[in-house]
Amino acid sequence: MMAAGVRIAAVAGVLAALLLAPFAIYPVFLMKALCFALFASAFNLLIGYVGLLSFGHAAFFGFSAYVAGHAAKVWGWPPEAALLAATLVAAVMGVVFGALAIRRQGIYFAMVTLALAQMIFFLSLQAEFTGGEDGIQAIPRGVLLGVFDLGKPLVMYYFVLAVFLLGFLIIWRTINSPFGWVLKAIRENEPRAVSLGYRVDRYKLLAFVLSATLSGLAGGIKALVFQLASLTDVHWHASGEVVLMTLLGGLGTVLGPAVGAVLIVGIQNYLAALGAWVTIVQGVVFVVVVLLFRRGIVGELLARRRKGV
Amino acid sequence: MWRTSLAVAAILLAGAAQAQQQPAKITDEVVKLGILNDQSGTYADLAGPGSVAAARMAVEDFGGTVLGKPIQVVFADHQNKPDVGSSIVNRWIDVDQVDAVVDVPTSSVALAVQEITRNKNRVHLNSTGGTSDLTGKACSPTAVHWTYDTYALANGTGTAVVKAGGDSWFFLTADYAFGHALEQDTANAVKKAGGTVVGAVRHPFPNNDFSSFLLQAQASGAKVIGLANAGADTINAIKQAREFGIVQAGQRMAGLLVFLSDVHALGLDTTQGLTLTTGWYWDRDEQSRQWAKRFAERMNGRMPTMVQAGVYSAITHYLNAIKAAGTDEAKAVVAQMKKMPVNDFFAKNGKVREDGRMVHDMFLVQVKKPEESKGPWDYYNIVRTIPGDEAFRPMNQGNCPLVQQAEAQPAGR
Amino acid sequence: MFELIGIPPQALFGQLLLGLINGAFYAVLSLGLALIFGLLNIINFTHGAQYMMGAFAAWLLLNLAGLGYWPALLLAPVIVGVTGVLIERFLLKRLRGLDPLYGLLLTFGLALIVEGAFRQVYGVSGLAYPVPPSLAGGVNLGFMFLPLYRGWVVLASIVACLVTWAVIERTRLGATLRAATENPALVQAFGVNVPRLVTLTYGFGVALAAFAGVLAAPIYSVHPLMGANLIIVVFAVVVIGGMGSILGSVLTGFGLGVVEGLTKVFWPEASNTVIFVIMAIVLLIKPAGLFGRAT
Repeated sequence: MMAAGVRIAAVAGVLAALLLAPFAIYPVFLMKALCFALFASAFNLLIGYVGLLSFGHAAFFGFSAYVAGHAAKVWGWPPEAALLAATLVAAVMGVVFGALAIRRQGIYFAMVTLALAQMIFFLSLQAEFTGGEDGIQAIPRGVLLGVFDLGKPLVMYYFVLAVFLLGFLIIWRTINSPFGWVLKAIRENEPRAVSLGYRVDRYKLLAFVLSATLSGLAGGIKALVFQLASLTDVHWHASGEVVLMTLLGGLGTVLGPAVGAVLIVGIQNYLAALGAWVTIVQGVVFVVVVLLFRRGIVGELLARRRKGV
Repeated sequence: MWRTSLAVAAILLAGAAQAQQQPAKITDEVVKLGILNDQSGTYADLAGPGSVAAARMAVEDFGGTVLGKPIQVVFADHQNKPDVGSSIVNRWIDVDQVDAVVDVPTSSVALAVQEITRNKNRVHLNSTGGTSDLTGKACSPTAVHWTYDTYALANGTGTAVVKAGGDSWFFLTADYAFGHALEQDTANAVKKAGGTVVGAVRHPFPNNDFSSFLLQAQASGAKVIGLANAGADTINAIKQAREFGIVQAGQRMAGLLVFLSDVHALGLDTTQGLTLTTGWYWDRDEQSRQWAKRFAERMNGRMPTMVQAGVYSAITHYLNAIKAAGTDEAKAVVAQMKKMPVNDFFAKNGKVREDGRMVHDMFLVQVKKPEESKGPWDYYNIVRTIPGDEAFRPMNQGNCPLVQQAEAQPAGR
Repeated sequence: MFELIGIPPQALFGQLLLGLINGAFYAVLSLGLALIFGLLNIINFTHGAQYMMGAFAAWLLLNLAGLGYWPALLLAPVIVGVTGVLIERFLLKRLRGLDPLYGLLLTFGLALIVEGAFRQVYGVSGLAYPVPPSLAGGVNLGFMFLPLYRGWVVLASIVACLVTWAVIERTRLGATLRAATENPALVQAFGVNVPRLVTLTYGFGVALAAFAGVLAAPIYSVHPLMGANLIIVVFAVVVIGGMGSILGSVLTGFGLGVVEGLTKVFWPEASNTVIFVIMAIVLLIKPAGLFGRAT
């Protein structure tokens, strides 16, 4: 455990770095990394704290991107309203998916979420409003609350940062609440949690919906950043990617998923010219992490420090 | 009015976008071409590394410099993902000072690049992207669409096949926006030429097994089965049509988006008799053969597809325009491109229209029988030359905001 | 003649047959998955890639060694099966005793590597593999033209499934296998080399996938991503069938092929989605799947 002072200093340092980052690093890259960091953190809520591996989170992420894009472009909604709509739709989807999927556990759960997400993929491909293969293009970023012009890269960056921090705070609060402790109890020993009188399915469903909702928020903001929403983000590969990010950073660690997301987005960015090698490298990372350090980067660091102290 | 306000908007946007990057000089010390395409996925063989090779050839043939400044080629793989493509292009423009983005297959990525290049005032030379929206509602004063579009393919094949007696059609359509557009454009052409459409079946995308849909097409009794799909779907449909003896039983297959590389992958035995439209074919005349031979020497003997040839042609025209205009400022260069005719191994008397469409002759071809083919890559018989003005969508039907429209036209599709 | 509703009965018959042919692939693939799951408790995400490897092995045997379809039908599953044995020995074995989700993630990573590598080497235009001359052509059944090769696919799959079933249900080896699925420690105590049994089972499941790949090669183009989407459908088949029984996975495979085939006639747009819809319904009514044991 860190002393409170050190902890505050560390948080302040990270915040300062995030605030200054766009002056040193290309902002579009940073924004993409933040979107995926939020997505991975939301995903981690489920796998890291409830022990449920969803292989269909792309459905929430990608479909919300469409909703945000459609609201902003076709209905002309301001960005905050478009994001809210995207988040709400993801929440509703979360309720439906969750109700179906939490009846099963472990591998079955993974496959059920995967299959459900596949239905969303086909829906996105065929529905009129998603633009099919073309996606929704030229989504206006708009003016936030009628004051901040998100067309300016720096303004957009700070908005994305604020959304990310908000989402992150929600997740952090959830984990460290009584609700979060029950979730962890379920992860460690579900029958015992049941015997203690907890309505386990309710807790699982709530966690699922929260995770889906925040994934939707991440997808919505990504649509605004890139000004497009496309099939890429609903495809099951995106579900696989978010698993990879979380796993690499560390399942069940607060910061791990964000770290993993930044690394994976970085790999994609720098290997972009190499084509299929991106896939191969991602596969290798998967295999190496699963075989050699299942705790992930952050998890491994934490474990090492605990040993050292 | 429209144009000036658009131009003003574009300049303002571009200015805003660059406000906190270091301001790019209008003419920096280098002319940089960014080839953005699919280096490893579905479209890698028809464009991919071959397009990069074509671009390098174009630069070398031009002498390596323009207005005394060196010309550079960079390339990247967009993996057919619009967000990946858009990240790359943003970085290319903001950081690496790329002047023109070239090739760009996959409609979703092409449209994303169209928006970025419009907003940041860079040139977009599209060769492999198929969507006719690039010169329609998404047209841009800094973009040129070079080789083909879905409208031209659909229109060319539809009209010509009806004229050749194939007057009743049944469509196998990939069930998404692109497939629907392809079907509709073709159906319009078929009807206009006096043919009828007896039915269509929408198959999921992507789809492996076409036997069920092929039997439905066969049962319809239509003379022609139109394939309103692309890539692996088209390949599987053709392959399985052969397996079920559809062509032998008397029906014709018409591919609405088939490339030379697809025919190569399938082999003549399977594809013989297939009718399709192409923007260019390597064995058309002496000039095209010569260029193709040089290309094949660099590409392990692979002959160029129409879009790879288009990349070379488009870049050469672009560089000539820079020379003539004396600047590499995007709108000035594209305006110059529109003034000069295109005359090279790719096109005869081609012209770049106001909406950015490069209008040139298209060719209706039929795939040879194995015994007709004299060797590898000898695949097509040219059946008919389709004059450019007939092949491409009339400018007033595209809803391109750059074009002064005399009257409000209904949408082209 | 052609109407969407009120299709003439013989046309319907043809479509049913076509559905059965597709079901044959689902059956062989889900059988392999179910076998592996039964003993290793791992969902083999590499299954689609191994199906693809089977098709490529056949292509390579033809183009590098000049070996035709029939030798390939035997050799390709063996070759791919051996790679499966190696994967089990050197990678999956290290995950024994861990949460089975790690097995899913590992095999997912392997699938990415394999598919990426094949894409890097062979591109994605797809490669042509000819129908064996002895099965070229077709017969006119009256209601439809049936290519001989498609008939062979159904036959071969049924035989493969029956043989597998017979081995597991009717032989000593199968009895040991089933016992090891129930209680590995006990079987080990009886002197059976359970780890080797596990390795061989994985190899066999993978070989089945490769077998399906060889069967598919002449029909679909040989393509690095040919298994990437199929695997998800097969997952759904497995969920619907329930993981409990070998026979369940086979029957569900064929059955869903037919259902999908009918959908292609009545509502073609939905034919890719119908299996997932059925899956959702089955989960609502019978969470353990049609043939699965309740958990």
